[in-house]
This record gives sequence, structure tokens and C-alpha cells, in this order.
Amino acid sequence: MANPLGLIIEREYFERVKRKSFIITTILVPIFLLAMMALPTLILIFSTPDKTTIQVVDNTGVVAPLLKGNDEVKFVSASLPVDSLRADESIESILVIGENAVDDPSHGVTLLSRGSVSMVTDSYITSELDQAIEQIRMSRYDIPDIDKIMSSIKADTKLSTIRIDKETETETSTEFSYLLALTMGMMLYMFILLYGQMVMTSIIEEKNNRVLEIMVSSVKPFNLMLGKILGVALVAVTQILIWAALIGTAVMVASPMLAGQMQSGDMPAEMTAAMSQFMDFGYLSSLLINTLLFFIGGFLLYASLYAAIGSAVSNVQDASQLSSIATVPMIVAIMGEMAVIASPDSTLSFWLSMIPFTSPTCMIARVTYGVAAWESILSLVILYATFIFAIWACGKIYRIGIFMYGKKPSVGEVIKWAKYK
Amino acid sequence: MDILLSANNITKTYTGHTALDNVSIEVPRGKVYGLLGPNGAGKTTLIRIINHITAPDQGTLTFNGHTLTAQDVYNIGYLPEERGLYKKMKVGEQAIFFARLKGLSKRDATTRLKEWFERLEISNWWDKKVEELSKGMAQKVQFIVTVLHNPELLIFDEPFSGFDPINASIIKREILKLRDAGATIIFSTHNMNSVEELCDNITLINRSHDILSGNVAEIRERYADRRYNIIYAGDPKDLLEVADRTGMEFNAGENDKYGNFTATLRLAQGMTRRDAISLINDAVDINCFERMLPSMDDIFVSAVKANERGESLFS
Repeated sequence: MANPLGLIIEREYFERVKRKSFIITTILVPIFLLAMMALPTLILIFSTPDKTTIQVVDNTGVVAPLLKGNDEVKFVSASLPVDSLRADESIESILVIGENAVDDPSHGVTLLSRGSVSMVTDSYITSELDQAIEQIRMSRYDIPDIDKIMSSIKADTKLSTIRIDKETETETSTEFSYLLALTMGMMLYMFILLYGQMVMTSIIEEKNNRVLEIMVSSVKPFNLMLGKILGVALVAVTQILIWAALIGTAVMVASPMLAGQMQSGDMPAEMTAAMSQFMDFGYLSSLLINTLLFFIGGFLLYASLYAAIGSAVSNVQDASQLSSIATVPMIVAIMGEMAVIASPDSTLSFWLSMIPFTSPTCMIARVTYGVAAWESILSLVILYATFIFAIWACGKIYRIGIFMYGKKPSVGEVIKWAKYK
Repeated sequence: MDILLSANNITKTYTGHTALDNVSIEVPRGKVYGLLGPNGAGKTTLIRIINHITAPDQGTLTFNGHTLTAQDVYNIGYLPEERGLYKKMKVGEQAIFFARLKGLSKRDATTRLKEWFERLEISNWWDKKVEELSKGMAQKVQFIVTVLHNPELLIFDEPFSGFDPINASIIKREILKLRDAGATIIFSTHNMNSVEELCDNITLINRSHDILSGNVAEIRERYADRRYNIIYAGDPKDLLEVADRTGMEFNAGENDKYGNFTATLRLAQGMTRRDAISLINDAVDINCFERMLPSMDDIFVSAVKANERGESLFS
């Protein structure tokens, strides 16, 4: 005799996985992401950069020759007076440098422009002017070899961070961890929200078309709810694994090329550290395992809440108010994650990564920086224990809720349902 | 009498509302048992308790001689009043899913389903999606799914709603066939005509109490209670005079265009039918004299009204 829970999971799983929308999103999302990443580069390659030519009217006579220009901005000394330049519609921008510009640069420097000026251009012009004026002012002091002195003074610090609390000293990239923490936390949040609400809407749908009335005569409501949650979880895990496999393949293909570049020393130090961190098998596998465990735990916990909410209401509109019970902790979790990223080892971060409702996103953020194993294990134990309690309580609510039609219950009523025999 | 299912003194309370108060039923094996009552009386709660969906606060259930357990649901088929199917699934696939939930193997389920689909002439629906079916068509599928695992106890909650008369009679025929094959049937409905036609025994629930139960024929007999319909020719005054003199209750009815009058009479205590006929025969010409057998409709309404007044129908 087939086990009813298994049958429910099977049905929920295949109903979703066989849908066209699942297949399409699973394949298209990574392609879309890759396209998003590649797009700026492609645009750069295939488009000639817009060069802004700026006519410089220099009333000081000394500043203009020092303006260098770059790929986007070209400075040209004007041969005509300002008024005739203004009359010429083919001229885009005119930079007017007043007579007193060297002594008082906060007044008397004006950029006349047709159309708006981008922030990048604006700040580039300002910094060019600053440099030119500083150079002129410096030369007034008449110190010999001033250029040499200045270039020997100039410092360009690159900080390399090495973790000494681990068994092997590894060079880590703080910026890389920061980005990874942000991405992982956000992804976890998106996934839990997306799939959690999928559980909720699907329960509301079953309740509305009354198929639940037939189901409960063969299956215990608790198994029905658990089966749905686990079925949807399996769908999510399937999707993550497919994506992981796709990304893994991409990394395998790309890493020899990157490794070559690393050896040739073309890459900046920060990037090299990031790459070596990402290529580190131990780090990567611990990240993957933690992500999966925290995702599943977090999903199960939130999905139980969403299941109870879905069972209590009769339509999706009514659900919005009650679903704040699940959404508010989720928002706290994502805000907490920001705090954790800012300082991953603070006391606040520690507690945020232990409280079950915030721990999935917050602990994952800490894991990217590296965290003691006992902390993530303790956090997982708390998370899963809370889930077991939550699904027990939500199962009681669900059992009553699925037979309640019409009136939207208050939170107080819903809690009362959990106490029925 | 061989009892398949008995519910003893079932009480179920939700906050501020008692759904069932000390309700008992005894369902004999191989019979059709009617569970009647107005909307919200507590029928569905009782059915859910029998199906192990909710637990009673007090009271016990015995099934086949043992206390009802969760395993017994494999021996029960339940067609709820509010019923639906998964819209996106195909009819055959879905029927197999429900059959497997009831403990059938995939192969058994498929063979039996093919048989039933042929019997109800719906074989060509197998690969259709449920959302393409009409309400009546979906009901047929639900009916098959309910009875497919050959349970000993079948519970139908308003099984004919949503069916046109032709399909309703097909379903009625199938229900009786199942009974003849040995199944016990609990039948919950407001439709009193089908009760008279199908049910052997009933229980009437009103406001969470069982107010009337027993064999349908006996209940009708008791409710008739010495009442007769008569059609006669003559002067109603003469009949009234006889009735008053001998202690019969007399209610005059209509008269038709041929000069015939109708009336109902209730015989006096201890008076035989023979006495009554000879008394009446002296006063008027009797065209017709028949026992008044009340419809279940009348009994339902009177019993509920009596209960609302705090009385019992047979007091």
C-alpha cells in the first residue's frame, strides 16, 4: 500500500516540475542573468564611446594647457570669443575659466552646455581643473624638483586581509565576501518568499475549489499540509541544483582561462584573492552545504506559516493582511542581514544568526566571511527545532482552517483553532 | 440486527458553539441510512467525525465491532457535499491518484477505473483535463473515485446535487446496486423524495441534537397515528356531527365539481377502523377511505418545528 504522504509529495512535485513555466524559468533565468552581466561589456565592445569635445576659453592663459582629457572628454582650446562660440550650434560645451580662477576657483569657472552633463563628466572636469590649479599653485613656491617630490610622496595602499583564526592561513577578500553575502542573503530571501507564497496560494486554491474536502477523507490534514510543503521544497531544491550545475559548468569552463590570467598577473590583487577564495574547495562546499541547509530550514519554517495562513482565508486578497505574520519577520531578516554584513562578528550579528526567523539570511551572510562550525550547527539545530514546533502548531490551525469559508478570521480566532482537540 | 457502524453519545464543541450534543446513530449493515436535518444542524460534523477528519470531544465510534481507527478510512468512501477536483490534472491520472490514496495499487486502480468509466459511458474523458469538464461530468468522476475501492461503508452527502434527472437516476441505480452487493450506505440529504425511495432507516438532526431516528416505514406509521383521508358525497354537517359525537377529529377539506368532499379524520382512542367506517357510512356516502401516510417532508418539517418549541414529535 502506497504511503499517503509520499503520494501527496509525488503529486505536488510532478504537478509543478512538469509545468512549462517551471522549465522555462529554470533554463531562462541563468541565461538572463548571464546576459545581464555580459550586456554592459557587449555594449562597450560594440559601441564607439561618445566623445564630448569641450571648447576651453581660458582667460588665465595657464590652466588650459594642463587639462589632459581622456577617452570620453576632449579639451580643445577655443580660438573664438565666448559669444561667437555660443552662437555656433555645432558646439556642445564651452568651459569658461575666469581670470581669477587660480586664486579663487570656487568662482569664475563655468561650463556652458547644450543638453545635460553627466555626473561622471562633471566630476572629471572638476578633478582635472583641481589638479591643474594645484600644479600651478605649487610651481609658484618655486621648489626645485617639485614633480619628483610629489610623485615620491604619493601613496597607493592595497590592504590584504589574512584570517589567522583558521587552521590554514588564507588570504580572504573582504569585498568579495561582502558581495557574496549580499547576493546569497537576497537570493535566500527571494526563494523563501517566492516558494513560501506558492504554498499559500496553492492551499487557497485547493480550498476554493473544494478538492480539500475530498482529500481529507483519505489523508490526515497534517500529512496533506506536510506533503505540500515538502513537495514544493523539492521543487525549489531541484531548481537550485539545476542552477548550481549550470553555474558549476560555467565555472569549470571559465576557470582555466581565469587561472591563466591570474598567473600572467594581469588581474588586480583584490580580484586574485577573490578568485582564490572562490576556487577553494573547502570554502565553496561549506558555502553550498550551508546555503542548502539554511534555505531548506528557512523555507520549511516560513512555508508552515504560509500554509496556516492559506488555510485560514478564502481568497488571496484576504491573505495579504494575515501574511504580514510571515512577511514582517522576513523583512527584519533582510534588514538584519545588512547589519550582519557591516560587522559579521558583532554580538547583534551573533544573535540575529541564532534567532530562527532571521537566521537563514543572517547566518548565510556570516558564512561567506567564515564562521565557527559550532555556531552554524547550533543555529541549524534551533532553526529545525523551531520548524518542528511551527509545523505542529500550524497543522492544528490548518486542520480547522480548511473547513472555514467566507468570513476572514482574526489572528485571535486563528490562534484559538490551534487549541481545539 | 447486524450493526456496521455505531456512534455513541457524540459531543463536539467549537468555541461558543456546540456542533453535536450527545448524538447517537446505529447503522445496520447492508442498508441505506438517511442522515437528515436542516442546514447547519451538525450532519457534516458527524460525517467528518466518522471519517476521522475531526475527533469528537466525547463519545465513541464502533466500526465492524471495534473502535473506529484511522486505518478504517480505507474501508470508507466519502463523497462530500462540497466537492472539487484538481483542475489542471487529467481525469484518468487524477482518478488513479485518489484511488492510490485509498490504498489501491496503480494497476488495480487502472483496471477498475476503466471498468467504471465504461459502465458510466465516460471512457473518452480519460485524457481530458478536469477544467474542460462540466459540473455534472466532474460529479460522475467524483462518484467513481468514492466507490472505486469497494469500501464497506459509503457516505454520500447530497449526491444528486448538480445532476440532471437522467444522470441522477443513473447514480441512484448505481447506489442501489452497491447496496445489493453488500455495501452499507449513509446518505445525507434535504431531498425527502429520495429518502422515501432509498432509505431504510433515518436519523434526523436539528440544532446539534438527534430528534428522531428509526425505520422509515415505522416512523411514517407512527406519525400517521390513526389518521385517514376520506372522500365522500353528502352534507359535511352530518359528518361533523358524527365526528363530534364519537370523539373523532375532523378537518374539512376541499370539494370538487362533482359534489365530492375531502376531509381528514383522526379516530378516537380505542376506535377500530371498522367502527369508524360504519359510523361515517350512516352519515354520508363514502367514495374513498384510506390511511394517511405522511410524506417524509411533512415529518421532517413537523419534527423540526416541534423541536424548536422544545417538544418531541411523538410525545
